[in-house]
Amino acid sequence: MSDSARESRFRKPSIPPNVLPFSLVAVVLCAATVLICWSVLQFLRFTLEKNKIGSGLFDAIMVLVGLIPLALFVPAIRGVREAMQAQSALRSNDLITARVKTASAQSSSWFALGYGVFAVLTAVAVWFLITNDVAVGSTFFKMSLIVDKFGLVLKAFTTNVVIFCIAEVLILVWALVVAIARMIPGRAGQPIRLLATLYTDAFRGLPSIITIYLVGFGLPLTGLTDGLSSFLQAKFGIDDLTTLWAIIALTLTYGAYVAEVYRAGIESIHPSQFAAARSLGLSFTQTMRFVIVPQAIRRIIPPLLNDFIGLQKDTALVNVIGTIDAFNQSKMLASNYFNLSTVTIVAFLFVIITIPQARFVDRMLENDAKKTRGAR
Amino acid sequence: MSFLEINDVHKRYGNVEVLRGINLNVEEHQVVCLIGPSGCGKSTLLRCINGLEDITLGEIRINDDRVSGPGVDVNRLRRDVGIVFQSFNLFPHMNVMDNLTLAPRQVLKMSKLESEQRALELLKRVRMDHKALAYPDQLSGGQQQRIAIARALAMEPMVMLLDEITSALDPELVSEVLNIVRELAQEGMTMLLATHEMGFAKEVSSKVCFLYNGVVHEEGAPAQIFSDPQNERTQQFLKSIIEAGRL
Repeated sequence: MSDSARESRFRKPSIPPNVLPFSLVAVVLCAATVLICWSVLQFLRFTLEKNKIGSGLFDAIMVLVGLIPLALFVPAIRGVREAMQAQSALRSNDLITARVKTASAQSSSWFALGYGVFAVLTAVAVWFLITNDVAVGSTFFKMSLIVDKFGLVLKAFTTNVVIFCIAEVLILVWALVVAIARMIPGRAGQPIRLLATLYTDAFRGLPSIITIYLVGFGLPLTGLTDGLSSFLQAKFGIDDLTTLWAIIALTLTYGAYVAEVYRAGIESIHPSQFAAARSLGLSFTQTMRFVIVPQAIRRIIPPLLNDFIGLQKDTALVNVIGTIDAFNQSKMLASNYFNLSTVTIVAFLFVIITIPQARFVDRMLENDAKKTRGAR
Repeated sequence: MSFLEINDVHKRYGNVEVLRGINLNVEEHQVVCLIGPSGCGKSTLLRCINGLEDITLGEIRINDDRVSGPGVDVNRLRRDVGIVFQSFNLFPHMNVMDNLTLAPRQVLKMSKLESEQRALELLKRVRMDHKALAYPDQLSGGQQQRIAIARALAMEPMVMLLDEITSALDPELVSEVLNIVRELAQEGMTMLLATHEMGFAKEVSSKVCFLYNGVVHEEGAPAQIFSDPQNERTQQFLKSIIEAGRL
């Protein structure tokens, strides 16, 4: 590189852009956000008054809520101040300060704008709930109905819990069998590999609602299960077998998914682990059991949780064969009361049960990593 | 009849012939070093001997029993032939003690107590008894490799195959591993090792074999191979090793 070229690259330091206009725009947009929030609050107050539930307490709360969006001005104005400081630093040739203030101003203004968007979306959601004389709110969130029927829906939800708890245990075992069958080595293993592949192809392709339908209605129709049902009735007094069919159908469907997850996990273990285990004289089965699968399971827990959450949600499909699960129960209530608030309960329950599972899995993986890696 | 006989062994991966007629004999209590450039087939040969790879042609015999080809009980074979790898390959989900006792308990059906007592003795031998409850990822490379040697020894093999066991180690960790191998050699363990540590090969081995392109080009006593190589390829190889300052 020639001297002049090198010089030209370093002679002119980069000058930070002027962000003052941008930060002023941010302040204006924040002001607009505040106006939007206030007009929605105004509309809310009007709606409440129309329904004769307005009171001094509500007004006080609304004034307090109305103050919240004003907080947007704190970062927005700080952005303007920093942008101005940057410009004055630039005029006094203090390039470093100018850069620091510019970066900080940009960050402050974007922060204000981001929360502005958050506030607008929240306001829109509130408006959606209360518009048309609280049509949306009363259709989906009729509190009296929710409080009244919560117990009933929760009780029906135990059916969903029973279905997915039993299915999950069965799937863990069944899918591992299928996964290992797909990986059995040698010529003698070929027919088993073929069978396992056919199974996964078929049941991964079948929509679970169709599997549930076919198993739940089809099996009893064939008469092949009559012996089983009369046995269960005589021995345990169970006459509704739809829960059993649902468990079988979901195990078949999700067994195929989870088998693939297992297989991916097993294949992700480096072949050298296999070689090391076999070289010590361990058989294929012993190698799988003591070396490969324990390591694979640690890796597949997050995708496994994904599939299990999918399974838990799919327990809502069992209403097609008449199982009284939470969704079926809430649908009946919804048509009785001509209001969907009971279905909201189901939606809420499904969301609520997945959150602790995700946290639990995170915690478990963290502890395991702590144990085997630890401080060096 | 030698203890370990390798007769005209060929190994082919698709169109690539990695081993092209290897002949090699190892007597009991001998330490035989395989040297040669990367890709010459050292590792493949070792993996073939304990059945991790099938050979295409030829035969391998241990104690006058054919241990290659179809119908061989590889699990039985591997009890007698221990192997240590370049990359240690400890089981990361088990602590050191479990790494050492897994195979004795599952394959030799040893009791937990007995296997742990023996594991502890082996750990003392490789000077790692203070790390019995550590996990592999908490150990240095040299420590992991010493554990890997102890794990192979736990099966009381008749012969040990060492596949470039110091190649993945930082220079200052090499000696701690080589010291263990040296002690094993002094105790009379039969060993076949692929190595790039020429000084070490010169010191411990009873015989050195130079492998090139899947064939044993020259074999002999270490003094002869290192100071007076006859084969042209061996001369070239040793010359480049000396130029790199490794001999």
